[in-house]
Amino acid sequence: MSDKIQYVYDPENLVRSEPNKFQESELQSEELVLNLGPQHPSTHGVLRLEVLSDGEVIKSVVPHLGYLHRCFEKHAESLAYNQIIPYVDRMDYVAAMNSEHAFAMGVEKMMGLEGQIPRRIEYIRVLVAELNRIASHFVAVGAYGMDIGAFTPFFWMMRDREHILRLLEWASGARMLYNYIWVGGLYYDLPVGFEERCREFIAYLMPKLDELDKIIVENKIFVERTANVGILSLDTAINYGITGPMLRGSGLKFDLRRVDGYSVYPEIDFDIPMGEGLMGTTGDCWDRTYVRVKEVRESVKIIDQCLDQLTGEQKRTRDFDPQAMLPKKIRPKAQDLYIRAENPKGELGFFFRADGRSDIPFRCKARSCCFVNLSVIDEISRGSLIADLIAILGSIDIVLGEVDR
Amino acid sequence: MEGFERVKELLTKKFGEEIVIHIALNADPTTITIPATHVREVCRELHENEDAFMDMLSCISGMDNGPETGTMEVIYHLYSIPYDLRIALKVELPRNQEDEPGPEVDSVSGIWKTALWLEREVYDLFGIQFRGHPDLRRILLPADWKGHPLRKDYQHQEYYHGIKVEY
Repeated sequence: MSDKIQYVYDPENLVRSEPNKFQESELQSEELVLNLGPQHPSTHGVLRLEVLSDGEVIKSVVPHLGYLHRCFEKHAESLAYNQIIPYVDRMDYVAAMNSEHAFAMGVEKMMGLEGQIPRRIEYIRVLVAELNRIASHFVAVGAYGMDIGAFTPFFWMMRDREHILRLLEWASGARMLYNYIWVGGLYYDLPVGFEERCREFIAYLMPKLDELDKIIVENKIFVERTANVGILSLDTAINYGITGPMLRGSGLKFDLRRVDGYSVYPEIDFDIPMGEGLMGTTGDCWDRTYVRVKEVRESVKIIDQCLDQLTGEQKRTRDFDPQAMLPKKIRPKAQDLYIRAENPKGELGFFFRADGRSDIPFRCKARSCCFVNLSVIDEISRGSLIADLIAILGSIDIVLGEVDR
Repeated sequence: MEGFERVKELLTKKFGEEIVIHIALNADPTTITIPATHVREVCRELHENEDAFMDMLSCISGMDNGPETGTMEVIYHLYSIPYDLRIALKVELPRNQEDEPGPEVDSVSGIWKTALWLEREVYDLFGIQFRGHPDLRRILLPADWKGHPLRKDYQHQEYYHGIKVEY
């Protein structure tokens, strides 16, 4: 085998593996098919868009997915529940803590451990998940700015995100793919001094958020590029199953942290920002970004309250063992369970079927928020200009790792 | 639970008692098994009726119970935002042999647009055909991939465009 070329290039392979939906021969004379991606910086990964356009005006957008498909569901059918967590990390790789939290909650619910997890563990989970939510929104907003021509915010966001990644690396040992939240507990307690450093970080972050408001949200050029672009009405959003900041941007106060009230969120005081159409119409690209930036401030509020608890009532004690509750054997009773949680990008759901006889799930389906959110792109970009397509795609905030799974 | 009872009553009143084949209580949310022939009518009723108002389709999951059992399932997770009510609908389909076309069920993409992509995903990974879907193509795998990988008896091809699939 060693002397054989592994792959012989054949240009026809591209056509066979991912054929266009629109054929050249069937187009009208003024129509044009434009291909965007899969390797294109503004597609946030490997996404290919087939655009049918009439001059500059978009008539239809057909996304071609699957370039990052890693068979999550197939792998999950042959792994024990606790071994799936690293695979869950790699779905939404900029918000791994949130995905882990959702997954662990689901398995705990199947095991009947719901409500029994020590409160210190729950507060640590919420703390790290909200830190990661800020990091994810920073990537979203920074990369969005870069998509439409603002270069500076990207570096500012990456600079501040790096502090969060270092904090999380300190806690878990990894920068992005943590495997920190385990079924029934945590990998390790917070390191000594984490709370103080976290407070220092928040004190550092608050003025930076004011800067962020000025350089992105209130920026004249940014507003011109995003207001009244890609308007997603509330009815369309619900019919397409849109969740997360996109749904809130369209003007619905809907947040699963409040609605389902999982973990310790019912005890925490925070607001749910929503789009109001301050710069244009409710549900446009600007509103979605605005909701994300506001959410960062809410996350800071949540982190603050978690730190109060973790240094007060739920203080670190010498005999606290975050692995004490870990089940020796994860073998849930035969049942179906659909669990959902609010990820930075929307509703992340896991559907499990346990057969009651084995340690591996019979079926584990991931309901990806990015996948569902992306499906609306054809609807909201029809009739707008090709340059606006980049603005619309960036405002959906997809991570291809989760779209393709 | 009272919300679930209300939805069940509403369905039996409209379609008769035989619409509910089975109610799974060891499922969260509670799952109603309905005949595969009535998926679209039941979904439309749940979507339009003001007492149910299932305005959001959260998830469509396919399921292959393996050649011994001989059934496949499609599970719809519905959610009503105003009532904060979750239910799941389940249909069971006969499993096809290797050389037969896949089992068929009506598409609900005319009711919830979410289903446009979720049904394509189920088709891609299980080979279940959705009648009336406007654009049923593979979505995650390449168009010329052979087989549907999440079926229990799936055997991957040896080479794909000259690339060895086994790793």
